[in-house]
Amino acid sequence: MGDILGLVAKRLGLGLIILLVISVIIFFMVELLPGDIAEAVLGQGATPENLAALRREMGLDQPAIVRYLDWLSGAVMLDFGNSIVTGASVSQTIGERFANTLFLATYAAAIAVPISITLGIVVALLRNSIFDRVANVATLTSISSPEFFLGYILILYLAVKTSMFPAIASLSSDMDFGDLLYRTFLPALTLVLVVTAHMMRMTRAAIINLLASPYIEMARLKGAPPWKVIVKHALPNAWAPIINVVALNLAYLITGVVLVEVVFVYPGIGQALVDAVSKRDFPVVQACCLIFAATFILLNLAADVGAILTNPRLRHPK
Amino acid sequence: MIKKNDVLLKIRDLKIQGYSDETWVDIIKGVDLTLHRGEVMGLIGESGAGKSTIGAACMGYARDGTRIVDSSIEFDGMELTTATEADRRMLRGSRIAYVAQSAAASFNPAHKIIDQHTEAPLQYRLKKRMEAQEDAMELYEKLRLPNPGEIGFRYPHQVSGGQLQRAMTAMAMSCRPDLIIFDEPTTALDVTTQIEVLAAIRDIVDEFNTAAIYITHDLAVVAQMADTIKVLLKGEEVEEAATKEMLDNPKEDYTKSLWAVRSFESPQRRRPTDGTPPLISVKNVDASYTGGEKVLDDVSFDIYEGMTVAVVGESGSGKSTTARVITGLLPPSKGEVLFKGEPFPPSFRNRSKDQLRQCQMIYQMADTALNPKVRISEIIARPAAFYGGLKGVALKNRVDELLDLIELEPAQYYYRYPPELSGGQKQRIGIARALAAEPTFIVCDEVTSALDQLVAEGILRLLDRLQNELNLAYMFITHDLATVRSIADEVVVMQHGKVVDQGPKDEMFTPPHHPYTDLLLSSVPEMDPDWLTTLLEERGVDNVGDAAAARIDSKDAKVT
Repeated sequence: MGDILGLVAKRLGLGLIILLVISVIIFFMVELLPGDIAEAVLGQGATPENLAALRREMGLDQPAIVRYLDWLSGAVMLDFGNSIVTGASVSQTIGERFANTLFLATYAAAIAVPISITLGIVVALLRNSIFDRVANVATLTSISSPEFFLGYILILYLAVKTSMFPAIASLSSDMDFGDLLYRTFLPALTLVLVVTAHMMRMTRAAIINLLASPYIEMARLKGAPPWKVIVKHALPNAWAPIINVVALNLAYLITGVVLVEVVFVYPGIGQALVDAVSKRDFPVVQACCLIFAATFILLNLAADVGAILTNPRLRHPK
Repeated sequence: MIKKNDVLLKIRDLKIQGYSDETWVDIIKGVDLTLHRGEVMGLIGESGAGKSTIGAACMGYARDGTRIVDSSIEFDGMELTTATEADRRMLRGSRIAYVAQSAAASFNPAHKIIDQHTEAPLQYRLKKRMEAQEDAMELYEKLRLPNPGEIGFRYPHQVSGGQLQRAMTAMAMSCRPDLIIFDEPTTALDVTTQIEVLAAIRDIVDEFNTAAIYITHDLAVVAQMADTIKVLLKGEEVEEAATKEMLDNPKEDYTKSLWAVRSFESPQRRRPTDGTPPLISVKNVDASYTGGEKVLDDVSFDIYEGMTVAVVGESGSGKSTTARVITGLLPPSKGEVLFKGEPFPPSFRNRSKDQLRQCQMIYQMADTALNPKVRISEIIARPAAFYGGLKGVALKNRVDELLDLIELEPAQYYYRYPPELSGGQKQRIGIARALAAEPTFIVCDEVTSALDQLVAEGILRLLDRLQNELNLAYMFITHDLATVRSIADEVVVMQHGKVVDQGPKDEMFTPPHHPYTDLLLSSVPEMDPDWLTTLLEERGVDNVGDAAAARIDSKDAKVT
């Protein structure tokens, strides 16, 4: 087990380094944009004098490297400065919205992951049958339609025409959990439709890839029924690629929800990002980007660890 | 008690087709086979003869991409070709079991050995889990596996190849089947390990009076195991007879040619006595892979110009690592390699073009050593252009010359791609590529191991001819002592990264030997059907394979 802990520690360290590099990139990308925060704050009424005064006040006259280190040390403590537009603390504004996004992602994942893995196993078992083809076409259709389009279709049929679900996923603090699930069902369903195909097809491919292995033939020649060959003999060896694609899709559920949140007016971090970009609210943009990057790194790390944990050679060293 | 004469398996006019190039091609062209209870039949033939396909067909199983057509396969009164898939499946594992070639690949890496063992008995509800596990341990003990009570609870990768192969035989026995198909069960093993597995298989098949079909390409092995032998060639039966009769008195020409293969022997050359330094001299070399344990420990030997030094030893003994050190792929951690008395830079990166050209390699798997997407002409032309600086017509002439040299018609092969060639032809291309650099020394790393005996012999003859014509020195890495006998001038025996014995071939093959050399030599199966029995009587069943090797190890430890 010591080996595994070492491997995990190494991956974690690597993840931190990558995050650091990304923070540099994000900070200096924003730096490259024309104009600075002071100009954004003062807008049309800026005179050279009050611009200079504000810059001094906000520390903008310092060299970029100093400001980066300043920002970084804040970011480590989850303090991303204040929003230019509202003046409120960025972490507070984003924190709540990020929680909402996480909730939606978890909701969608809780539906999508079991469904797509089960479907993947079933289509691997019934490969090249009608069911396999139908499942393939259906999931491919859903993945190839843009998510805003899927969202509007769902709104049209499930909200407008049948009034089964609310078209707008607005939240309030006094809602109970069931109500919450009900109100956010359409955005969650949209996300499910978007990510299922990828995970299902990867599960299918990972399993079918193994079917030519000698140990699968051995299982067949031991008289194992087809479902057992797949579930007991192929699946345990197929986890690594499946976990990887699941992690990638989970990351997408968090970072790629912008359009879905906009369509359903859902108060998540994607909306916050869109607002911040349009209002040139740099601290918020930086914070959002860093959170997205951290999510990606963390989930990929989890996938790596998962792949290690499902590999018997690493779990049970000689 | 079951009567010995009961017919267990009756196959009539077996035809199996494989799908290739969008048509169905006959692989097995009407083979008959009758097997009685308790009988062991050996199926022999070269690769592509259809041995394994017939083996699978005995279970009513057609591999992916093949199909059984208008044949009759009758197992204990049940016609398998017309039975439902479910009925056929009910036989597999319970009444007909299968032992695959590579146990390491055929055990599922994700489950413990014993869980795979008990799978079939549990599925057929023959035993409860605890009973099945106890039975497994009993079988492990019968097959002389170390720690029979514990070994099953390990994962396949934690157990050695020879042990896995025995565990797989135990697994095949788990439901006490009437018939076991052994598909080349010892081909992937070292000679010393092979004996243990052969002895174990033979004992257990005898004890339970199980019928068996033993598939192999090794005549000496089949002679130990089978009551009757059936020889196959390209999907057709050549002949069938009782083992003794088949060995003493083969009727068909093809069978006779198989028997005669081991006759090639190149005359032994001697070291020059005029004091010329050796071409390659490995001096006190230690080596290890990045940060790992020492793989080579104080290895020293010389290779003289125009001579063949065979390096023998089991897998993991450091043969290929030594080759990597000589070619500069793995710089040694201690010691050095001399070329004609001058030190060779340890890493190939620091060697000059002229130094690089001196050492070329030919690999075991020609399939993976040749880029499948590059034409033959280009594969051979690249080193010729790189080392010789040839261009245009001169280059083409050189490639033609090389193709001539390896006995392939230039006009016919010039524009082909490797996948269009047979295994032996691919290996010849590998040889031509090595020759293109005009080397003085070639490392041949198990170059004939993946080839059939007849084809392998062709390659050995070619290498021998080239050696005479071009005055080449070979380092011939092999674990096959028959190959050593036919081509070597000198022999180096390696074990656990050390050279344990070395000398001219004739001395090495006459006693007294180093104990390890003795173990290797005596472990090579001979055509005599009583060889295994005699050997086991002489040595005792507990003194073969790993156990015997371990004993030698401890002796060495005492001496040093």
